[in-house]
Amino acid sequence: MLGKMAIIGDGDSVLAFKAGGIDAFSVSHPEFARDLLKKLSKEYQIIFITDTIAVEIDDLIKKYLTMPYPIIISVPSKEGSNGYGIESLKKSMEKALGVDILFGGDEDRNQENN
Amino acid sequence: MARINVNPTRMELKKLKARLKTAVRGHKLLKDKTDEMVRRFSAIIRENKKLRDEVEKDVVGVLSQFSVARSLMSLSDVELAFAMPSVSAEVECDTSNLMSVAVPKLTLSENRSEGALPYSYIDVTSEADYSVELVGKVLFKLVKLAEIEKSAQMLADEIEKGKRRVNALEYVMIPSLEETIKYITMKLEENERGSRTRLMKVKSMIAERS
Repeated sequence: MLGKMAIIGDGDSVLAFKAGGIDAFSVSHPEFARDLLKKLSKEYQIIFITDTIAVEIDDLIKKYLTMPYPIIISVPSKEGSNGYGIESLKKSMEKALGVDILFGGDEDRNQENN
Repeated sequence: MARINVNPTRMELKKLKARLKTAVRGHKLLKDKTDEMVRRFSAIIRENKKLRDEVEKDVVGVLSQFSVARSLMSLSDVELAFAMPSVSAEVECDTSNLMSVAVPKLTLSENRSEGALPYSYIDVTSEADYSVELVGKVLFKLVKLAEIEKSAQMLADEIEKGKRRVNALEYVMIPSLEETIKYITMKLEENERGSRTRLMKVKSMIAERS
């Protein structure tokens, strides 16, 4: 099955991905992204969302977690990552293992440095 | 632990023993499966973390590069230049089986002729060229990240379910079956003792009469 990719972003910066063959959609407000995502999820297999929007529509994204498709992945916006991606990584890790195997060590080290 | 409400008969005892055997075997198998899933998951999540860090850095680079390019051109020019991409990135979407969880498997099939840009060189600044090139590079990583991150999420969900099942078997199902079996065996022994004393009594009464 051939899949299509889409990216939802705030502002024009996502237009860059259009040149790479990904359909880019720009929304001015997170609430529009909600409807857009519902519509796109039927059509596209991979949907990237910039994390400033992803934070706002977190509850909707969670609904797609357990299905193989569509795959919804957060990417940072041009101002940099706001930690949403890492946060969702942590969540799935805690769900599965109950403990933090990746980040706990880092924090300890940071504390030592401080 | 609550006892199952059944009649204390040999028939029920036999059924319950069979159920206990299945439950114990199922518990062992499920526990092994969950352990293996956890092992795989921890490998995947490490890779996921590494890839995400890389991708986040790259994507921020691409987007900020593009916003520089974008600021040098008018909006209509940008839209014109990128409206009709000459490359189309298609992903082959399959599902593969990871510990009986259907996870997505993606292969990026890219019909990209090397160095081809989706617009004429006149319209667009070199910054835009550069950002388009970066997009092409980051695309592979993005698809890989999509595959791994989804696998991790689905596996996490499955592990949670599996753990719940193992616990339900270990702490609810098996103890209650064991208790019911014990109850039935004791009840049956009691009945046996009862009938034996009755027989002895009858025998002595017959002996007295004759």
